[in-house]
Amino acid sequence: MTVLLDVAPGAAAPSAATADQPVKPILMKGNEAMAEAAIQAGCDAYFGYPITPQAELLEWMARRMPELGRVFIQAESEVAAINMALGAAATGSRVLVSSSSPGISLMAEGMSYLAASEVPMVLINVMRGGPGLGSIGPSQSDYFQATKGHGHGDYRVPVFAPSSIAEAVDLVAESFAVAERYRTPVMILADGVMGQVMEPVVPIYRTPPRESGGWELTGADGRPPRIVRSLHLRPEDLEAHNLALQEKYATITQHEVRWAGEDLEDAEVAIVAYGTAARVARTAIERARAQGLRVGMFRPITLWPFPSAELSTVASRMRAIVVVELSAGQMVEDVRLAIEGRTPVFLHGRTGGMVPTPGEVVDAARAAWATTAPARPRAPQATDEADEPDPLSLIELGGWAALGWPGPEPDFDSELDPIALVYR
Amino acid sequence: MTLLTATRRRIYQRPAALTDRPTHYCPGCGHGIIHRLVAELLDEMALAPRTIGVASVGCSVFAYDYLDVDFVESPHGRAAAVATGVRRARPDAFVFTYQGDGDLAAIGTAEIVHAAVRGERFTAIFVNNGIYGMTGGQMAPTTLLGQRTTSSPTGREAGLMGYPIPITEMLAVLPGVSYAARGSIADPSSVGKAKQMLRRAFEVQLAGAGFSIVEILSTCPVGWKMTPAQSMAHLAHDVVQTYPVGVLVDRLAAARNAAGEA
Repeated sequence: MTVLLDVAPGAAAPSAATADQPVKPILMKGNEAMAEAAIQAGCDAYFGYPITPQAELLEWMARRMPELGRVFIQAESEVAAINMALGAAATGSRVLVSSSSPGISLMAEGMSYLAASEVPMVLINVMRGGPGLGSIGPSQSDYFQATKGHGHGDYRVPVFAPSSIAEAVDLVAESFAVAERYRTPVMILADGVMGQVMEPVVPIYRTPPRESGGWELTGADGRPPRIVRSLHLRPEDLEAHNLALQEKYATITQHEVRWAGEDLEDAEVAIVAYGTAARVARTAIERARAQGLRVGMFRPITLWPFPSAELSTVASRMRAIVVVELSAGQMVEDVRLAIEGRTPVFLHGRTGGMVPTPGEVVDAARAAWATTAPARPRAPQATDEADEPDPLSLIELGGWAALGWPGPEPDFDSELDPIALVYR
Repeated sequence: MTLLTATRRRIYQRPAALTDRPTHYCPGCGHGIIHRLVAELLDEMALAPRTIGVASVGCSVFAYDYLDVDFVESPHGRAAAVATGVRRARPDAFVFTYQGDGDLAAIGTAEIVHAAVRGERFTAIFVNNGIYGMTGGQMAPTTLLGQRTTSSPTGREAGLMGYPIPITEMLAVLPGVSYAARGSIADPSSVGKAKQMLRRAFEVQLAGAGFSIVEILSTCPVGWKMTPAQSMAHLAHDVVQTYPVGVLVDRLAAARNAAGEA
């Protein structure tokens, strides 16, 4: 037993404080806290396969789900687990799957089908060192995989990155809510530290309300049959489906971006970090400030959608940006895309299960400070986004000539607006 | 005229569970016959309102266009895992997979074996025509020795390409399998027997017993490079030599017989 609980695993977990009895924090291991949070969020079915460092999550579900009369299956492989999830979630059940990096690679196929079929489900990746079998130490080297697409095809999956156990507990419930709101799989990207560390958690859980979406497979009793599918052989149909998916992803990008700022008000250098790297950065910031170096942190909580606009705004006030990752440099690409060269970006990454020390991060921040010039408040430029004329409205108002188009007005033989596609 | 109408009796019609839509299947393909058998049983056993089908990758992926019930489309080979998820999440549902031999016996081997090991309470309808039809007629795990396909152009040779896989026999030894049988659609009598096998498999599922599978030997005239009539003759005379037809195991009946004798 690795968890100090004041409730037995079999007992009904406390769900709310009363005036007489405030809920006391309990010490929980990350994997087990996330598992219990899923149970309390109303998870109906769990499918998994043993892999370090997430095995305690599977073990917790193995004990708890059957005693609650819910579904638990230890599948024959991660491939089978994710497809069991597809089947169960297609009936409208709330489904959780968890694994670690090599297992997530095996689930990549299933994630593509879940996204394409618009089936909500939550997948937790407790990342370990890679590539290949790698190590069982903590890592963040699956950032590309999580945010740029696990499987084939044009699709995106919301990715939440908790940096404390308490936050992980909250994000598990939130993940189910987001998954169902947008009919999409959602990933929680944790790592070996987040899975194994024990922290106090106030066991107040959330259960997102359930709503029928009118698509769930329940048997065509008194209604026309429903089909959950991803095959659209006619190119016209598939393009329409893909555009609808892209529309959904645009809505998610508009509404679901989350990030946290720490000590940014007076900072000259901002560290960008998530998950375990952010925990290290927090200690580093304290030390740097004790030495007179004003460092703050920009912590993305959603890795997709990435808080690009917010980071861009913060970065414009900074002398330098230091990205700290447990990888050879993956999130740093999104950071650079967001900042577009306006502020120098440095990377401090460790790989293979190695975790940077706070001292390393302080050194990286100091080096970044020393090799850059102070950020100067810029006068509004003609090229600034706010002043940039919107090409679409220009075309509407003044025709293509207003854009500086040299020839006659182009005539498009298409139902699709190519300009809208370009600027999407 | 009045007399004629009064004595007219309808003896054959499209089952309600079969949609009124021309299939995309090639002339002489067996899927049409097998779809009809499934639809007839869904009607006769009043199962359609509680049915969730699992379509798998292959020619029959569009089964949901023809069988008028709820359907989830599975990735290639994963139908047994998807069906496991469906059946566990909705224990009151009637669940079947409809899988080809490439899907079930090659890429989906692990999923079908372990669904059978767990005794999952769904029915696998396993259509074996010994070839990958949808992708243009390549060798399947079930392709007969010596059979020419586009990926075994000189004929399947055991030393290089292995032997045809008798996967239903392999599954039948597992205690989680309550019913396993192999039928054929080579002639009307076989079609009738295949329907009885399907009916029994469905009954086994409804009884809450374990996993049930019916392999149905079918044709692929285009892939086999035969006329529909030739392909039926080939099925009746040659294919059944490698894949004998019959009930392989009925543990539900065996258990009931044992209980009756005791």
